[in-house]
Amino acid sequence: MIAFVVRRLLQSILVMLAVGFIAFSLFNYVGDPINNMVGQDTTLEQRQELRGRLGLDDPFFVQYGRFLANAVQGDFGISYRHRRPVAQLIAERVPATLELSIVAAILALFIGVPMGVYTGLHRRGFLAQVFLAVSLVGISLPTFLIGILLILVFGVLSQDINAAIGFTLVPQLPTFGRGDTVQLGWWSTGFLTKSGLLALILPSITLALFQMTLIMRLVRSEMLEVLRTDYIKFARARGLANRAVNFGHALKNTLVPVITITGLQLGSIIAFALITEQVFQWPGMGLLFIQAINEVDIPVMASYLMLIGFFFVVINLIVDLLYYVVDPRLRADKAVAAGHQ
Amino acid sequence: MTQPAPNQPLLQVDSLRIEIPGRRGTLTAVDDICFDIGEGEVLGVVGESGAGKSLTGAAVIGLLEPPCRIAGGQIHFDGRRIDNLPYEQMRRIRGRHIGMVFQDPLTSLNPLYTVGRQLIETILTHSDFSEKGARKRALELLKEVGIPAAERRLDQYPHEFSGGMRQRVVIALALCAAPRLIIADEPTTALDVSIQAQIITLLKRLCRDHGAAVMLVTHDMGVIAETADRVAVMYAGRIVEQGPVADVVRRAKHPYTKGLMGSIPLVGHDVEQLIQIDGAMPRLNAIPQGCAFNPRCPKVFERCRLERPELQPVGPTAAACWLYEAAPVGSGNDG
Amino acid sequence: MTSGEHGKATIDPGPGARFGDGLRRFFDSDLWHSFTRSPVVVVSAVVTFVFVLSALFAPLVAPHDPFDLATIDLLDSVIPPAWMDGGDARFLLGTDDQGRDILSTVIYGARISLGVGFASVLFAMVLGISLGLLSGYLGGAVDAFIMRIADVQLTFPAILIALLIDGLSRTVLPRDLHSDIWFYVLVLAIGLSFWVQYARTVRGSTMVERSKEYVQAARVIGIPPLLIMLRHVLPNVMGPVLVIATINLAIAVITEATLSFLGIGVPLTSPSLGTLIRVGNDFLFSGSWWITVFPGAALAILVLAVNLLGDWLRDALNPKLR
Repeated sequence: MIAFVVRRLLQSILVMLAVGFIAFSLFNYVGDPINNMVGQDTTLEQRQELRGRLGLDDPFFVQYGRFLANAVQGDFGISYRHRRPVAQLIAERVPATLELSIVAAILALFIGVPMGVYTGLHRRGFLAQVFLAVSLVGISLPTFLIGILLILVFGVLSQDINAAIGFTLVPQLPTFGRGDTVQLGWWSTGFLTKSGLLALILPSITLALFQMTLIMRLVRSEMLEVLRTDYIKFARARGLANRAVNFGHALKNTLVPVITITGLQLGSIIAFALITEQVFQWPGMGLLFIQAINEVDIPVMASYLMLIGFFFVVINLIVDLLYYVVDPRLRADKAVAAGHQ
Repeated sequence: MTQPAPNQPLLQVDSLRIEIPGRRGTLTAVDDICFDIGEGEVLGVVGESGAGKSLTGAAVIGLLEPPCRIAGGQIHFDGRRIDNLPYEQMRRIRGRHIGMVFQDPLTSLNPLYTVGRQLIETILTHSDFSEKGARKRALELLKEVGIPAAERRLDQYPHEFSGGMRQRVVIALALCAAPRLIIADEPTTALDVSIQAQIITLLKRLCRDHGAAVMLVTHDMGVIAETADRVAVMYAGRIVEQGPVADVVRRAKHPYTKGLMGSIPLVGHDVEQLIQIDGAMPRLNAIPQGCAFNPRCPKVFERCRLERPELQPVGPTAAACWLYEAAPVGSGNDG
Repeated sequence: MTSGEHGKATIDPGPGARFGDGLRRFFDSDLWHSFTRSPVVVVSAVVTFVFVLSALFAPLVAPHDPFDLATIDLLDSVIPPAWMDGGDARFLLGTDDQGRDILSTVIYGARISLGVGFASVLFAMVLGISLGLLSGYLGGAVDAFIMRIADVQLTFPAILIALLIDGLSRTVLPRDLHSDIWFYVLVLAIGLSFWVQYARTVRGSTMVERSKEYVQAARVIGIPPLLIMLRHVLPNVMGPVLVIATINLAIAVITEATLSFLGIGVPLTSPSLGTLIRVGNDFLFSGSWWITVFPGAALAILVLAVNLLGDWLRDALNPKLR
């Protein structure tokens, strides 16, 4: 057990180092950092002096080491565009992204998994077919299109629709920004205000829809596979009640492989949040990153990379550990653990 | 459950027909077979892969997977008709009255639950034991099937057992509620040869001790010869010969059975050549008219190609072959 | 067809008859039957076909050329679709803020979207199959290395990788170079995020084939075993690879659309459906909904059709479900 944890930790650190390396290369070798930082009329001597002060003439590994050391302490440099420490910018934006992602993740899981189980158990039922059809649409619509659609219905056209049918069926929901937030230390939360909560609705649904349908289809196909196995047949042959077979045996076996993919999907949510933030102008990290790409703000780009890399590595680590805890076969056979998809 | 009349068999299968509707038409996998099993008796059902043996077993216990379905005939258990029961009623018969053992012990056990948990769950489903009582009973069962250090083994997972041990656990699970009939579908095929004999002996002993009848489905004639009281030989979805095992093995009547017996090398006998039957069993969509075996039969004649023979008594056994027709066509041949 | 019919001489009926035979066998096959039985799948296939055709022959199909500045008149801007008040029969789906016909921009846009989509899937397929073959055949350190990269890459979602590569290329490459090779960069970016699935599948099959005797025999004779592998492994994996490819096509189109929507995909001079949607987004609140909705609908329909095809293909080729 310990060996497994240690090995996974080492792997994670390696990946982080690789990501850090890419981020650092960005930092130093894309264009000239000095040019990006100073104005046109800075003289050559001033630039040289800046180079020396910033240590840009030191050997590669020294700079890399310094970069890493800074990063670990939370110092990501200064944004070219905003002229403020990147760490500060990120701290302002991270809560928005994380709150959105968490709500979307909860939605996706708590709707996706039960729907997947239902459509797996009732293979040919009418409701199941409806769910399946809806899910197909769900994974065919790109996230940004869903967002635009929601904005169209609940933002632009809601008044017209309500007027046409005579009563308020379609609520008017905020489609821009985050609403009012409350500051708790360095974390700004939108959970504590009405406008904040309202503003969360459309973006989180947008973000959740794609993942929700993905999870639903995944759970369903796993469930169907499991229901075909010998041990389910044997459980039935022993006269076990339907509930015991479906939920005790089938469900548990379904969820085990689903954990890995679901974990990775949750990582995807943080990535896809980027798109949702753009559509709804949600002031999160993703929006910051897109703006940084357009403005060639290297420090922000590099830091976003590191942060996202960190999130993913942590998520993967947790998922692997969870898998280890849940599946007894892994505990006995270490060789299997290495080869588990 | 009505008490069977003293001469009524425990399991009676009449003209069972199993069909598989497909895109290009319906295939008949099991074509009007009749057999029965008495209390405590071991009936071997032997035949090649694809002959329909496993489907028959699945039909008896009510676990035919769609699209396969029972298209005709009746199955009676203990005097009561069971082939047309709704799911919930059949479920109560499963495990409690009819048990089943599958071929592969590795895939028969849920890998995520301990062996003890699976045993206790089954015991609790069919009895009023308390949790502790069930655990005690599970322990007894494990000991009965010959698992050493049973106390410790109860809390272990299936992957921690060897193949033979796992099959013992499977047998224990099937016997949990003391069913009167066990359907064993190729119970030793997936095991090492050295273990096969042990498991078969165990199965036979336990069933005798518990008074359970066994429908032993296998392609291994040797196992049948060792274990069964009677045997039914299946070919292309039909029973071609039936009877007490000693008679069928030593004095096979049907040419197919003769071929089967002849292909078994016997210890102590030197043979020049093992008998081999030319050709292969026909696919379900290409079953010949008349007797299904006629293209390969060394004794074939015209009638074989036209009419399908029914099981006729020939001495102590019964064979479906025109070579042994007792009465002329048209008398007493209604299945 | 029972075996055992030995000794019958067979005469080669000639290539023409063999082709006809093959065709007959195809139309008689399980695949075709399963295809024609489901009306939904047939419709999806037709829809996809229509898209592909109009993409290929866009100049012939589109009523106007939205890129020919001579034909665009600013006075024609923001006209609603033909069936609404103020609509114009010349512009069936209305016009955008520059006076370009929406129907034409959608057709050309679909062309770009499909072009990038197909190219990236092809790229991913070639890359993935090659790496998979290499990894499965050579084994050892090469295999471990490739698989490790695959694992690490799987840690990150595809869109992020595509975003990274494409976004970075814009900042790293000088502007003129980028505007020339944007297509290849985009295809590279999206394709690179997909290769892993192909590699894994092919690797598995390769490892199975590698241990078979005919490979050893070929080595003895002196034929490069890699050639043999291609001839034997590829037919085995074609089924699953095709399924992966179809589903990937849908994702590739969505990814390209997303990147373009974010402003870092195709350049404005060759707008894809994603770009059109983004541009139209600004007009959503002012009431000119058609500028966004029609490209959006086209995108949704295209991806839905491809997804349905992929779903059907996967079920049809899955031996367990037969």
